[in-house]
Amino acid sequence: MKERKIISVTVLNEHGVLSRIAGLFAGRGYNIESLTVAPIPDTNLSRFTIVTNGSTRVLEQIVKQLYKLIPTYKVIDNKEFVEKEMALVKIPLDTNLSGLDALLKGYNGTVANSGENYLVLLVADDSKRVSNFLKAVKKFNPIEIVRSGSVALEIE
Amino acid sequence: MELTGSQMVIEALKKEGVKTVFGYPGGAIMNVYDEIYKQDFFEHILTRHEQAAVHAADGYARATGKVGVAFVTSGPGFTNAVTGLATAYMDSVPIIVISGQVPISMIGTDAFQEVDAVGISRPCTKHNYLVKNVNELPKILKEAFYIARSGRPGPVHIDIPKDVTAQIGKFEYPEEISIPTYKPTYKGNAKQIKKAIEAMKQADRPIFYLGGGIVSSGAAELVRELVSFTGIPAVETLMARGVLRHDDPLLFGMLGMHGSYAANMAMSEADLIIALGPRFDDRVTGKLSEFAKHAKIIHVDIDPSSIGKIVKVDYPIVGDLKNVVEQMLPLAFDRIESSKYENWRELLRRYDQIHPLSFEDSDEVIKPQWVIKRTGEIVGDKAVISTDVGQHQMWTAQFYPFTYPRQFITSGGLGTMGFGFPAAIGAKKGVQEKLVINFSGDGSILMNIQELMTAVESKIPVINIILNNNFLGMVRQWQTFFYEKRYSQTDLSMQPDFVKLADSFGANGYRVEKKEDFEKALNEAIESNTVSIIDVVVDRFENVLPMVPAGGTLYNMMLEYKD
Repeated sequence: MKERKIISVTVLNEHGVLSRIAGLFAGRGYNIESLTVAPIPDTNLSRFTIVTNGSTRVLEQIVKQLYKLIPTYKVIDNKEFVEKEMALVKIPLDTNLSGLDALLKGYNGTVANSGENYLVLLVADDSKRVSNFLKAVKKFNPIEIVRSGSVALEIE
Repeated sequence: MELTGSQMVIEALKKEGVKTVFGYPGGAIMNVYDEIYKQDFFEHILTRHEQAAVHAADGYARATGKVGVAFVTSGPGFTNAVTGLATAYMDSVPIIVISGQVPISMIGTDAFQEVDAVGISRPCTKHNYLVKNVNELPKILKEAFYIARSGRPGPVHIDIPKDVTAQIGKFEYPEEISIPTYKPTYKGNAKQIKKAIEAMKQADRPIFYLGGGIVSSGAAELVRELVSFTGIPAVETLMARGVLRHDDPLLFGMLGMHGSYAANMAMSEADLIIALGPRFDDRVTGKLSEFAKHAKIIHVDIDPSSIGKIVKVDYPIVGDLKNVVEQMLPLAFDRIESSKYENWRELLRRYDQIHPLSFEDSDEVIKPQWVIKRTGEIVGDKAVISTDVGQHQMWTAQFYPFTYPRQFITSGGLGTMGFGFPAAIGAKKGVQEKLVINFSGDGSILMNIQELMTAVESKIPVINIILNNNFLGMVRQWQTFFYEKRYSQTDLSMQPDFVKLADSFGANGYRVEKKEDFEKALNEAIESNTVSIIDVVVDRFENVLPMVPAGGTLYNMMLEYKD
């Protein structure tokens, strides 16, 4: 039985730390659904948000192996998380845009940028809702879509 | 104190009390070698291949428990060292490998002898460093020693660009070290330990499953006490040979693929497995779904990721074995009655009598097992024993009478052919008062034969006993059993004359074709106090038995092979 899991890893922000984590997943055959990383302001730490899946035993090993890395400071997994993803969608202006406003409203989306021939839409929401938005936006003939990995923050 | 990067390396080794290092120079590490030349605190042993330098550091570490150190240059020097790192990593051996690297400004340009060394060593080291600033070097060196020997020990690799070895920086070697992101758990959870003792008390058929962690942690004395007091029978992994004396009545031998019948039956019929520092290797468990089916499992290990990795554990205890066993002892004294397990011990004794570890001796040909047994009778605990990998390794594990931990030095996890001889060289530097004997095969010995020069030059009197069957024996055995005797690329009939070969290096060579000549050759080799090769011609088709075929079950061993 495979389950999806969010793991938040705080590590020392030092040379090669991304390759240690990515290499751990590759070398041991673990899956990465998405991986997001950025420094934590005013510290020498970085925070990774990793979305993965696997059996209970594999997920348990992933957490232990992550913790075993020397630069790993903290691994948070068995918590409830607020999780958000972001997507940017470029749509042409010469398409029929009726209903776009309602769609953006429904997903708390905005127009992030616009040019002579295109609009760039932005949504930031739960993973599932971003997926739904991307399905719905298809009718506006998107030229390009880019989607981020998850960022997640634990809540008590 | 202002020092160059190279001088910092030397100073750090002094501070760590390192007396012997192994290595091989080259362009990117030359500045360091210049400082090695100028100092006389430690001895540098020049091996004839970088792989051997790392195995020697590894053998030194396994024999002494101290951190072994090796130096190599960039590029091919480093890639040659990788097998050594992986070998040490799989067996949790504390070593430090310091490699040269091209200057920082040239990294990434595909410079001469450049390779992404930390990229390669990452998955086969406990930790690694690329030193980008000379001022970080003292802290990195201190951390490296600390990480290598603490927690679950392992190899650490430090890659130093050539310009960093020349730059001058401030040298302050930290006295104490604290790494906020690295805090191994040493003390076992008292509640869990209590529960484990209770489980031992409740069990009718408990068994100690002793692993290499006992050796790394220095817990063998305490484990001996725990075993003898509780009267609970014990089995050992390959890495734990010598934790109990071979003649301990509670020891039922090695378990696993080539373990004893009694040991494997004990694991299969036990109702409680008390795993002290093993890692449930596939060569030990056989088919997992059938492994220890009736047993609850206590697993003590300092590495949390080792617990629950392969099998479900009922009583996980994270901690250093020495501490945990120390915590266990008084509780065991209070609660456990040895007499309770008498029936169980009796059953295992009976298993041992029905199918004891044995071989059919012969007067016409020399049986490899006989050579090992005879060596054990002649030198016994006076010798530290190393091996290469293959049939001879398993026979040594089965038939040599080990009496103390660190007496047996072998590549268990990675199974590295060519390990034995250089490891023996390293071991001998560490335990000069002991004889060091390397059992090898005619396949393995050629994988690092150039080290004859190292041993002769540096006067390191290691004895190599080649159990020569003109075959890559273990693979040949599998071909006999499982591939209808198609001996694909395993016939090693073409061989050097090992006596002449030894002679050409300035070592002693002996060829033994009859049983009666063996003892004489061994005694001569011992008395000569010189590097020796004893080439013993043994039965070509002898098999390592009993055997659990790969993927088989422990309780269903192949006890004999009938052609």
